[in-house]
Amino acid sequence: MQRIGVFVCWCGSNIAGTVDVAKVAEALKSEPGVVLSTNYQYMCSQAGQEMIKEAVKEHKLTGLVICSCSPRMHEATFRKTAAAAGINPYMVEIANIREQCSWIHKDMEEGTEKAIVLGRTAIAKVNLNAPLTPGESPVTKRALVIGGGIAGIQTALDIADAGFYVDIVEKKPTIGGKMAQLDKTFPTLDCAACILTPKMVDVAQHERIRIFSYSEVESVKGFVGNFDVTIRKKARYVKEDVCTGCGLCTEKCPQKKVPNEFNLGMDNRRAIYIPFAQAVPKVATIDADYCTMLKTGKCGVCSKVCTAKAIDYTQKDEFIEEKYGAIVAATGFNPISMDKFDEFAYSQSKDVITSLEFERLMNAAGPTAGKLLRPSDGVHPHKIVFVQCVGSRCASCAEKGKEYCSKICCMYTAKHAMLTRDKYPDTDVTVFYIDVRTPGKQFDEFYRRAVEEYGVHYIKGMVGKVSPEGNKLIVQGSDLIANKQLKIEADLVVLAAAIEPDKSARPLATMLTASMDTNDFFTEAHPKLRPVESPTAGIFLSGACQGPKDIPETVSQAGAAAAKVIGLLAKDKLTGNPCVAHSDEMMCNGCSSCEKVCPYGAITYSDKEFRGPNRTTLIRRVASVNEAICQGCGCCTVACPSGAMDLKGFASKQIMAEVDAICK
Amino acid sequence: MENSKQNLCNEIVRRSGVNPRKCMKCGKCSGTCPAYDEMEYHPHQFVYMVETGDIEPLLNSKSIYRCLTCFACVDRCPRGVEPAKLVEAVRLAVVREQGKNHLKADDIPELLDEELPQQAIVSALRKYSK
Repeated sequence: MQRIGVFVCWCGSNIAGTVDVAKVAEALKSEPGVVLSTNYQYMCSQAGQEMIKEAVKEHKLTGLVICSCSPRMHEATFRKTAAAAGINPYMVEIANIREQCSWIHKDMEEGTEKAIVLGRTAIAKVNLNAPLTPGESPVTKRALVIGGGIAGIQTALDIADAGFYVDIVEKKPTIGGKMAQLDKTFPTLDCAACILTPKMVDVAQHERIRIFSYSEVESVKGFVGNFDVTIRKKARYVKEDVCTGCGLCTEKCPQKKVPNEFNLGMDNRRAIYIPFAQAVPKVATIDADYCTMLKTGKCGVCSKVCTAKAIDYTQKDEFIEEKYGAIVAATGFNPISMDKFDEFAYSQSKDVITSLEFERLMNAAGPTAGKLLRPSDGVHPHKIVFVQCVGSRCASCAEKGKEYCSKICCMYTAKHAMLTRDKYPDTDVTVFYIDVRTPGKQFDEFYRRAVEEYGVHYIKGMVGKVSPEGNKLIVQGSDLIANKQLKIEADLVVLAAAIEPDKSARPLATMLTASMDTNDFFTEAHPKLRPVESPTAGIFLSGACQGPKDIPETVSQAGAAAAKVIGLLAKDKLTGNPCVAHSDEMMCNGCSSCEKVCPYGAITYSDKEFRGPNRTTLIRRVASVNEAICQGCGCCTVACPSGAMDLKGFASKQIMAEVDAICK
Repeated sequence: MENSKQNLCNEIVRRSGVNPRKCMKCGKCSGTCPAYDEMEYHPHQFVYMVETGDIEPLLNSKSIYRCLTCFACVDRCPRGVEPAKLVEAVRLAVVREQGKNHLKADDIPELLDEELPQQAIVSALRKYSK
């Protein structure tokens, strides 16, 4: 028989405000096994924990029931307290009378009644609890970073500098991500390439970093410390280790009409290409969708001109299998499609562009070699209108825009406006804004400089429609402060498109069993206190895949994610979860149901000898669980038709006892 | 008096099905409105004035007959506020009062003109009278 101590927490007024804690403690006194039932203001405080330790000694307790907040909050705290008092930590049960009781009820009487039921349920379970000891598993000292933008680059560098091996998987032919496409960066206006490319080179030269470019994660198995990952290295039809990156092939390739994605389709590249001059790795890639040789078997120019003999038209996708201890998602973002915003005439006029396209137009390596020219006729624009919040803060139409604020647009629009006025003082610049949001170091000062020193016209209001007329764009919008409707004849309209997570994030999250929100941003383990970890152990988050953020914030988060990874990889062994599945061999009928449903591959079958009646031996096929791999999800216990499979700490018997206690 | 005005305001909100609190004051409705110059109070002002209970001026304004009910504001509002429905509800609150028809059947012969489609007159009669 257990000797159970019940401790009811007030949590200040959080619980005591809606639950009569003294009454709960009194009511639970008469439950089977309970030898002590008391209440205290803050059980989690040092004094509260001491009180538990004293009580264990005094009353020779064998089990504890803490009626307090959610076990996600303090289960670990009270398990440690129990261990310090000499009780097995798995003899502690938490009755959640805060999140699931006091916070959601208003009536004291109802709240108290429910708290008593929840307490009684936990007592019923503790009566059937048995001491459990967790197992240990080793840690593979290598990290995988998925995504090679500034987030992935920074995370990889920080992990590698701490002495661990890192692999970066990047789906594009080069690392660099979105930052490589930017012209200047706010608020200091230093050139993006000048600060990014040295980091890209650092990655390439780091002895502990491997880059898998033009590659994607194919499958992920295993668990924290022991992930088995398959990486698909897509065929680039160029031998990566042989190609010198001289670029001769990219000049001689006769297929000249391939939209250049690096310049967002505003100019063309060849079918064999190096995305940009500072690409890492600086290796050519053949675009199989356009290459004449791969499509018809007739051409081979690149192969003829290549002095290094690096071209290989027979190359196939390659699969690489590697073990990792930790995985970092750094999959980044994209601007949303403007196709559905007909009112801004994006699909009607070439002179309505997105802000990222504007970056390329301003960039010296861009389609116009840094001259600001209209895409339609190559003429210098004299009147530019910027429209902010296109698709951001858009609650009405999920298929069109995004409900959230994209965070970076206010600042880059101020940057674009300022740079335009600086380079082309003859160009008039107007910005339509709903709110200008500039929290950040030197951010508001930057925006004010655009207005005060550079004479950018900021108009509080939104553009209702843009209509192309002749070679002009008529921008109709409201000026809310003047209470006027404006019609501006513009030469160029720039839309600050909302940003969304990269499309590859959703399937990746499924592979990683990492959770996502409704916008496909990865969710943090805790929005404030664990912002760079996924709730799935061993999965970490870096950059805009977790939420919109600018470069300084991305770099900070990338470093934080690296610190968490280092903390994990520095351990030699990880303590497992003892609440794993266990099969009763005497009851197992060998049906394989559990093996089929196990998401972790933790169950295997083997033939075993059993003693039969009359001194005979029987050979039966029975299941066994690898406790190091089992994550305790419980799928098998539900699938098992004979009731042989059970979960330690959450046995069917224990759960039925809880249900009975509720229904009593 | 204050109370009855507040009641009417609540009634207008209820009838329109519009929640003016959803408005984030971006002004896209007024930016897109083709009848803007004809209106004394513009779509974003309608939403704001109903939100603050200042409906008297709206009830007496010609603006409620200038709205084309083209629904451009409804289509483009990023927050799903639907200002045109609010204008409609204010207009109905006026024309439903006895003797407040803005267009009577007897007025029609005078309005007829070859350029004007008959359908426009029929829909005006529907919109502007009880």
